[in-house]
Amino acid sequence: MVKSRRDFIKISALGTTGVAVGGKLLFANNNKQTKVVPKGPFKLPSDFSRTPTYCEVCFWKCAGWIYKNDKGEVQKIIGNDDDPNSNGRFCPRGTGGVGMYYDEDRLKTPLIRVTDKYGNQTFEKASWEEALGLISKRLQKVIDVHGSECIALFTHGSGGKYFGNLVKSLGSHNIAAPSYAQCRGPREVGFIATFGDGLSSPEPTDIRDTRCLVLIGSHIGENMHNGQVQEMSEAIDKGATIITVDPRFSTAASKSKFWLPIKPATDMALLLAWMNVIIEEDLYDRKYVEKYTYGFGQLKAHVKSMTPEWAYGITTIKPDVIRATAREMAHASPAVIVHPGRHVTWYGDDTQRLRAVAMLNALLGSWGRRGGFYIPDKAKVPGVPHPPYAKPTRTWRDAMKGKYELADLALANGVCDATIPDASLGCSIKAWIVNGTNLVTTLPETEKTIAAIKSLEFIAVIDTMPMEITGYADVVLPECTYIERYDSLRVTQHREPTITLRMPAVEPKYDSKPAWWMAKQLANKMGKGDYFPFDSIEEELDWQLKEVGSSLEEMQRIGVKNLKRPYDDLYFKDDEDIEFNTNTGKIELYSTSLEEYGFDPMPKYTAHPEPPEGYYRLIYGRAPMHTFSRTANNPNLTDLMHENVVWVNPKVAKEWGFVNNQEIYLQNQDGAIATFPIKIRVTERIRWDSVYMVHGFGHANRKLSRAYGKGASDSELITKVMMDPIMGGTGMRGNFVTFLTSKPVKEEAKS
Amino acid sequence: MRYAMAIDTKKCVGCSDCVVACQTENLVPHGYARDWIVEVTDGTYPQLELEYRSERCNHCDNAPCVRCCPTGASFISEGGIVKVEHDKCIGCGACITACPYDARFVHPEGYVDKCTFCDHRLEQGQDPACVAVCPTKCLYFGDMDDPNSEVSLVVKKRKFKTLIPEAGTEPQLYFLI
Repeated sequence: MVKSRRDFIKISALGTTGVAVGGKLLFANNNKQTKVVPKGPFKLPSDFSRTPTYCEVCFWKCAGWIYKNDKGEVQKIIGNDDDPNSNGRFCPRGTGGVGMYYDEDRLKTPLIRVTDKYGNQTFEKASWEEALGLISKRLQKVIDVHGSECIALFTHGSGGKYFGNLVKSLGSHNIAAPSYAQCRGPREVGFIATFGDGLSSPEPTDIRDTRCLVLIGSHIGENMHNGQVQEMSEAIDKGATIITVDPRFSTAASKSKFWLPIKPATDMALLLAWMNVIIEEDLYDRKYVEKYTYGFGQLKAHVKSMTPEWAYGITTIKPDVIRATAREMAHASPAVIVHPGRHVTWYGDDTQRLRAVAMLNALLGSWGRRGGFYIPDKAKVPGVPHPPYAKPTRTWRDAMKGKYELADLALANGVCDATIPDASLGCSIKAWIVNGTNLVTTLPETEKTIAAIKSLEFIAVIDTMPMEITGYADVVLPECTYIERYDSLRVTQHREPTITLRMPAVEPKYDSKPAWWMAKQLANKMGKGDYFPFDSIEEELDWQLKEVGSSLEEMQRIGVKNLKRPYDDLYFKDDEDIEFNTNTGKIELYSTSLEEYGFDPMPKYTAHPEPPEGYYRLIYGRAPMHTFSRTANNPNLTDLMHENVVWVNPKVAKEWGFVNNQEIYLQNQDGAIATFPIKIRVTERIRWDSVYMVHGFGHANRKLSRAYGKGASDSELITKVMMDPIMGGTGMRGNFVTFLTSKPVKEEAKS
Repeated sequence: MRYAMAIDTKKCVGCSDCVVACQTENLVPHGYARDWIVEVTDGTYPQLELEYRSERCNHCDNAPCVRCCPTGASFISEGGIVKVEHDKCIGCGACITACPYDARFVHPEGYVDKCTFCDHRLEQGQDPACVAVCPTKCLYFGDMDDPNSEVSLVVKKRKFKTLIPEAGTEPQLYFLI
């Protein structure tokens, strides 16, 4: 049987048609005529004591219920038992999500930048009519003078769908999310190159039934990817072996049978040595490899010399440990997961490293197998009917000059680059719409981001909080929180296809509004109202839900609807004939598509720069109670953790004479100094050649009253970026820091 | 009936979800907590061990906080739950000093506050908020007098420890190790 029922996209076709799979990010063209649907009346938030939602604190989007007290005020959020992403249990950030609503530092009214007669710039409160009028006027001016392709959207979160529709209706496809090139992009491309399919979100890792879970720099438990944390706990109960590779004794490492305290930046050597052992000792899934893979002979020859003894010299992991862990994986095969991780933009050869992860899984036969990777399913919900989008003649890709063609989604840093004027390119991007992403801390190389912003003719920022990016805006629009708004349906992949509703629990606080409303108003003002054919989001959702046999009324009652999987195809069947979506139709151990594009068809180990004397590799990560910088001011979550600290090994502390809680400043190899000091945490949990800090702190905007000046910003210390030549990911783990024990004297500003 | 809790330290990831769920359930003001996480690291890199414990009032059988309370505000309620009657409490803090687990605090409204095992939820047949929310399901709650309750079974099956047993308080939190 040929597996054709899923929407595969050939990697060899990527990059040739601009945003070839933009439809993955945003809904595709749909020329169906609008059906006549009965209008409401729809129930109001005040008709319910609990309302369904899905969480907006992170991308896992767990479904839950918002409960109100007797006075109709929001009290707590509890998981929805029918939701496969949360199984009725929210993580600390989701539970603390009420703090996002109650945060008194929220953006409260639209703001417009004005310049007084002395040249001082300030924000002035504006009405929605004024603010939206100004945005539409300025965007129209950019379109008239430079063309609609000179507009770009940066987005993270649910509002992106509506602003995406707006931007595409205007004729631009420059729509980027930092979650791709600054985060998971390389693993998507690495897995597509191998299996013909990426991982998407939530990753289809069958952790609950695995017998061996291998984590490489992935810190489940500190990243609260809810379903995975839950399933790892279940796997621990069932006696699964966990193998963790990390220079830091992470929470996951502490739960592991094997912790491999690897020398940072050498993971590739370990992966190749594991493949060497599995092939040389005949431990691979022979039947699976013979039936499904292409290039085994080449791989065998390729890794022949990459023995555990070879890797020992590079990784500092002893050969017997490399062999023992390889055997452990093989014994569990196919119920083994070499986890792809999520934030994988480390050293610039990340696509190749994730290729090695994918290949190792292929050798172990875990792709498409119980306890390995299941085959996810997703509900098919029709998009809103609207006229076709105009095809743009230019995109951000033109500024890449032929590079990064294998990126399957837009690069946020690429859009940023395409904004900086370049005489050889003609028109650069002139206007940004930024929704829900604090670009100045999210993108590495802050100075470049600011340079791009300064060359813009217009920038509008839509957020719930006065994040640093709002300070650069011409117009700021206050978005209401997810607790106060409808959004598009959550249609995410899982073992069973589900759809989930988010509805408001209460009316928006202050003068804030939902993204769908803002986008629709702007579209109306700019003559693109046809792209938002419904009068209200309730009507739109009701129409969509009726198309899949539900209704808004039903979803308001149940929140999550599990639709049945149409086929019994969660795993491959024994001896099933499968055509993978690669050039050869096989799982490619030898990648013909990478070869086609001039890259190594099989991954190689490359030595990466090491910290100079007196410097330490900067490793950053997650804390379970925060999501990047977006939660740093949340009153409930700052109560759990209000600042980050820098982890320092006791040997290093002794050398520097540091004690716990001592405040120091961090300076990197390029002389960049973090604005705020950070406290030392002396701990054995980190290697002596590295330091560790949680990302998302050190906020510089005083309007974030709880977050201002708390801890230090790792982003300020990431000035060196190692670009992934395959897909344009920004490798950020090649920065080294040293300590300043006294407050650095600031140079006078030159401008 | 004897309520007790078992905490599986092999599964706990120290995420603090129990803390924030308690705060939103019980309207605990910001800056205060009825439960908390303790992280203990042992050893030298790379021979290390790490334990996370979700801690709260131990609802001791021999509770020093109850014995020392001058007004009788601290008392042992049904199922062995140690509680504070807010109206009777004068906020003197004797119980706070007496508790070896540092489980009590003075609420901004003047009375001493602490974990109640969410007895208002128990009445409705629900688990305490911390137990219900825990993503790792590392918290087990139930009746130790019932030999077939989940908590009885897990404490029977697994190795466990209690905190500061030498204080003789007969604590009812069992940490599975």
